Amino acid sequence: MRGPRDKRMSIEQVVDQLEDGMTIGIGGWGPRRKPMALVRAILRSDLRDLTIVSWGGADVGLLVRAGKVRKLVYAFVSLDSVPLEPNFQRARQQGTIPEVVELDEGMFQTGLRAAAQRLPFLPMRAGLGSDVLVNNPWIKTVTSPYDEGHGHEELVAVPALRLDVALVHLNRADQHGNATYLGPDPYFDDLFAMAADRTFLSVEQVVDTAGLTVDTPVQRLLLSRMLVDGVVETPNGAHFTTCTPDYERDERFQRTYAAAASGTDEEWAAFEQRFLSGDEAAYQAAVRELQEEKG
Amino acid sequence: MTAPETTSTRADICAAAIADAFRDDGEIFASPMGLLPMLGVRLAKLTSNPDLVISDGESLFLAGVPPLFAKADVVEGWIPFPKVFDVVAHGKRHVMMGATQVDRDGNQNISAIGDFDRPKRQLLGSRGAPGNTVNNRTSYWVPKHSTRVFVEHVDIVSGVGPRRAREAGPAAARFNDIHRIVTNLAVLDVGGPDDTVRLLSVHPGVTVDEVREATGFALDVPADVPTTREPTTEEQVLIREVLDPKGLRFKEVPQATAQEKTS
Repeated sequence: MRGPRDKRMSIEQVVDQLEDGMTIGIGGWGPRRKPMALVRAILRSDLRDLTIVSWGGADVGLLVRAGKVRKLVYAFVSLDSVPLEPNFQRARQQGTIPEVVELDEGMFQTGLRAAAQRLPFLPMRAGLGSDVLVNNPWIKTVTSPYDEGHGHEELVAVPALRLDVALVHLNRADQHGNATYLGPDPYFDDLFAMAADRTFLSVEQVVDTAGLTVDTPVQRLLLSRMLVDGVVETPNGAHFTTCTPDYERDERFQRTYAAAASGTDEEWAAFEQRFLSGDEAAYQAAVRELQEEKG
Repeated sequence: MTAPETTSTRADICAAAIADAFRDDGEIFASPMGLLPMLGVRLAKLTSNPDLVISDGESLFLAGVPPLFAKADVVEGWIPFPKVFDVVAHGKRHVMMGATQVDRDGNQNISAIGDFDRPKRQLLGSRGAPGNTVNNRTSYWVPKHSTRVFVEHVDIVSGVGPRRAREAGPAAARFNDIHRIVTNLAVLDVGGPDDTVRLLSVHPGVTVDEVREATGFALDVPADVPTTREPTTEEQVLIREVLDPKGLRFKEVPQATAQEKTS
């Protein structure tokens, strides 16, 4: 019997599938379970003019600092234990992101849902009365055709957030793209996958299909292979964000990152040189070296 | 040693005031953002409102009431981020958020300072504030009451006050419910004329004039402004011995401020 396709690929093969000007959704949440190995690979590439759709953390900070982003769609950008993302903050204050779409968190989810359902929009209350609608005048309202006793309510018509590509990071997958998350929260990775034409998945570990549920409830299977186009095994690939229970956030690295990002151009250049100038293996080696340093 | 009613610190008074904001909520999801709100919500659950549904701030509903940042507890449900938004839209939730700016109309800003296109200072982004304020009860916690926070007009409206909600139509106004603004100096709400910010009480040792001076707009001040109640002995014990034995609350509301009231 022939099985489904083997979709394993390298980080570089994923990036080869991306093109200038694409709309790329990045899964995870703030500083949690971000596909950072794939983000780092984009940093090393020649890709430009990207539209990035993300509940943002350092993924957004790194990409805007590198000048990769033409348009950014977000509801927040934060590192949690460092509340404000210094590279994002700097880019906003210097005006280096050409187009900025700041949404409410729930609107963001609703926009992905609309895309996932192949609808042009979905209605919701969030955004009404707020400057989200003032700063994004292209977002329209829609009048309910139904009167439930409060008149024909005028609701926000949240436009679909269609993605060319979604990049997500989970704990385990098989070679076909079935994948489980083992941490506390699925975040919205399944929604990103459904909102996207193609989804590339990085994981801590590729196991055989039976291994996915041998010690893990089937309800933890978040992604079906029918939604996944490529699988990359990248141990520690969410570093320095969380990938619970495989690892927690690397707070020390995060502090190092945040200090460099809010420092001088020279300090940032030194950080880039040390951590981002080589490939993923070089990055992981540099991280281990930092961890071994005293202090 | 001084008597219990004079030993409550300003942080304890804030915690009790926050607890009071959740007292009449019944069985809904209390969603505190930040340390003092978390302390106040847990205090409410242990005293005035045992029906409150609380979380670990991450993804679990907790059956017990553990100390701040303690992990181990009996779990009674799962509340990952996607479900939080479902509860927001459903409405059975009271969130207490931070606020970098609040204006006379009860609008809140956590997005950016200055012009949105080129902010002087980029903050978090609007997060869930637009949706919270048109869907479920929303309160604000301001640890440093000042004219920098309380401004005539916020630069960017993230959280929607009652007037803006009304102007946006019934869909925005139906569930808009800005409940309390608790600060290190006072308790406020939006019960002033035309739903503007009103002073409800001043904390022990704080004068009405001090609050006025620290507020950058014409605050509605009723003829009689009561003093915020002091925590009961039971509440003080719960705060000190159970919920925050390490005194983390003093990082947000320094203990020194509380000493001023006895001077």
